[in-house]
Amino acid sequence: MSLASLSAEDAGDTPAASSRAGHAGAGDRRRRARLVLLALAGLLVVVALASLSIGAVGVTLGDYLHARLFGGEIPLRDRLVIEVIRLPRMVLGMLVGAGLAVAGAVMQGLFRNPLADPGLIGVSAGSSLGVAAFIVLGSTVLSPVSALLGFHAVPLAAFAGGLAATFCLYRLGQSQGQTSIATLLLAGIALSAIVFACVGVLIFMADDQQIRDLNFWQLGSLAGATWEKTLAAAPLILASLAGARLMAGGLNALFLGEAAAGHMGLDVERLKTAAIFCVAGAVGASVAVAGGIGFVGIVVPHLLRLLMGPDHRYLLPGCALLGASLLLVADTVARVLVAPAELPIGIVMALVGGPFFLWILLRRKGLIAGV
Amino acid sequence: MFRLSSRLPFRTARSLVLAASLAASPALAAGAPVPDVSGARHLVSIGGSVTEIIYALGAEDRLVARDTTSLFPPAAQALPDVGYIRALSPEGVLSTGPDAILTLEGSGPPEALEVLRQAGVPIVTVPEDYSGEGVLRKVEIVGQALGLADKAADLSASLRDALARAEEQAATRESDLKVLFVLSLSGGNVMAAGEHTAAAGIMKLAHLTNAVSGFGGYKPLTPEAITEAAPDVILMMSNSGDHAASRETVLAHPVLGLTPAARNNRILALDGLYLLGFGPRTAEAADELSRTVAEWAAEEAGQ
Repeated sequence: MSLASLSAEDAGDTPAASSRAGHAGAGDRRRRARLVLLALAGLLVVVALASLSIGAVGVTLGDYLHARLFGGEIPLRDRLVIEVIRLPRMVLGMLVGAGLAVAGAVMQGLFRNPLADPGLIGVSAGSSLGVAAFIVLGSTVLSPVSALLGFHAVPLAAFAGGLAATFCLYRLGQSQGQTSIATLLLAGIALSAIVFACVGVLIFMADDQQIRDLNFWQLGSLAGATWEKTLAAAPLILASLAGARLMAGGLNALFLGEAAAGHMGLDVERLKTAAIFCVAGAVGASVAVAGGIGFVGIVVPHLLRLLMGPDHRYLLPGCALLGASLLLVADTVARVLVAPAELPIGIVMALVGGPFFLWILLRRKGLIAGV
Repeated sequence: MFRLSSRLPFRTARSLVLAASLAASPALAAGAPVPDVSGARHLVSIGGSVTEIIYALGAEDRLVARDTTSLFPPAAQALPDVGYIRALSPEGVLSTGPDAILTLEGSGPPEALEVLRQAGVPIVTVPEDYSGEGVLRKVEIVGQALGLADKAADLSASLRDALARAEEQAATRESDLKVLFVLSLSGGNVMAAGEHTAAAGIMKLAHLTNAVSGFGGYKPLTPEAITEAAPDVILMMSNSGDHAASRETVLAHPVLGLTPAARNNRILALDGLYLLGFGPRTAEAADELSRTVAEWAAEEAGQ
C-alpha cells in the first residue's frame, strides 16, 4: 500500500468517526473527552511520582519526603539524587514529552494528515546540523564560540539550527503572501536532504569520539538533565504549548480545508505561521536538551484521536499529558533496564512506540483476527 | 635496496618529530593540580587504560565499578559496568556508591560529570596522550590521586625501561615495512588510521611507517588509495580474540586482498585495548608489533 493511499484513507476516516460520534450527541463526546483528560492527568501524576522513586540508586520519594518533612535521616547523596538528578530530569522529561506530542498534533492539524511529523518542517534536520557542527568543529573552527558557551554550545546550536531550518523552509513555502502546504512539504524533503548531506560531510571529517558523540546524541537521552537546562527549555516549551492551545479552534476549522476555514472568518495565513513557529519552538527546545527522540509526535496524537476524537480543544491538552507520561515511562525504563549503565531513550521509545503504533494500525485495518 | 634507501631520511625526520612530541607532552599535561582522593575506598574507573593502571598499582580492591571500555584485566569485567565512557549516566554512577571517580580525558558527557561533581564526588581527570610519555604521565597521576605515589614511581620506572627497550629494539630493525592500520571493514569499506590516532601513536613507538598519511583520524579509504599505498603489513584489532576471522576478512577483501600484505599473509590482529589503550601494556604491544614486523622484514630481505 502506498503512503498516499494510506493517508487518504486515514483522512477520510475522521469525518466518518465524527459522524458516528455526532449521533451519539456532542455533549456525550465532550464528557468522554473530559473524562479521558482527567484520567490522563491522574496517569501523569502517578508516572511522575514513580519516576522520582525509581532509579539506579535505591532511594525512593517516600524516604526523601519522610526525611524532609518529619526530620528523618537521609544521606546527603540520596537527597542529592532526588534534588539534583531525578527532579530536574522528571520536569525536563514532562516538558519534552508534552512539547513533542503537542507539536506532532499541531503539525497533523496543519497538514491535515495524521502522518505529519515535526520533522517535516526541517526542525530535526536543522538541529542535527547545528549539533554536528559543534561536536565536530567545536574544538577547531568554532572554538571561540564553544569556549564562550561551554557545554551550552551544543543545545544552543541544536535550537538555532532547528529554528534556522524552519525559517528557511517557511520562506521557501511562501509565495505572494500565501503559504503552500504542498510546497512546504516538498521543499522540506529537499532541504532535509541538503542538510543531512552537510551532516554527512561533518561526519566524514569527524574523529571516532565525535562520531560516537553524534550517534548518542541522535539516540536521545535525558541523562544530562540539570536544573539549568530545564529552566532554559521551560519558557520556550510552555509558551509553545500555550500557543498551541490558542490555535485549537483554528486547527479545528482548518480541518474543513483552507478555503472553508477562510470563509469561516479564520486568518489562515496567520494560523499557519503561528503553528509553524510554535512547533519549531517546542521541538527545537526539546531536541536541544534531549537529543533526537522520535515517535512521541505520531503515537500520542494518534492514540488520543481514537480515544477522544479529533477536536483540538481536547486533543492538544490530552497530547501534552500523555506525551509527558509516555516520555517519563520510557525514561524510567531507559535508566533502570541496564543499570548502572543507561540506554538511550530514543531506542526505548522506538522499541515501545514502533510495535504499539503498528498494533493500532493493524487493529484499525481489522487485520488482527478477533478484533 | 631502493625501498630501504628511500626510507632512511624519512626515519630520521620521524625520530625528530617523535622527540619533539615527547618533549612537548609533559608540559601540556602538567596543568591543574591532581585532586587527592587517597582516602577513597570506593572508586569508579572510567577508561580502559585507567582501570589497567589501577590494577597495575594493586589498588583493585578499591574499585566498585568500571565503564564499558575497561576490559582488562579480565577480573575487571566482573565489576558493575556504568556504561560507555562518553555516555555515562550520573545516577547509574552514583548507585555504585563511589567516593571518587577516575576518568580518562574525554569521558562524558560533560553534563553528567557536572552533576556528579554537584553530588559531591571528586573527579580525577587523567590526560590522554598517544605516546610513551603519555603512559607514564597517566601512571603518575593515578598514583598521585590514590596516594600511591611510591608504587606509581616504581611502575613508571619499569614502564619507562620497557618502553626504552622496545624503542631500542625497534630502532635496530634494518629495513622498514609500511603498515596500514584498518579500524573496520564494514560493508567492504576500509576505515584506516591517519595521523593523531592511537594507531599512529603505537606505530611511532614501534618505529613503523604508516602506509597512508595526509589526513587525521580514521577515514574510509578509496580502493585506489589502498592500491597506491601498497601496505606491507596490515594491522587490525581482533574481534573478541578471533584472530583468524580478521585475517580471513582481509584476504577475502577485493582490494586489501591484492596488497603485498595480504599476498604475503602479513596480517596482524591484536586486542584493541592492548594495542591502542596506551596503558601499562603499551610497551609490550609496541615490542610485539615491532618484533613481528622485524621477522617479516628479515623474511622479505632474505627473499
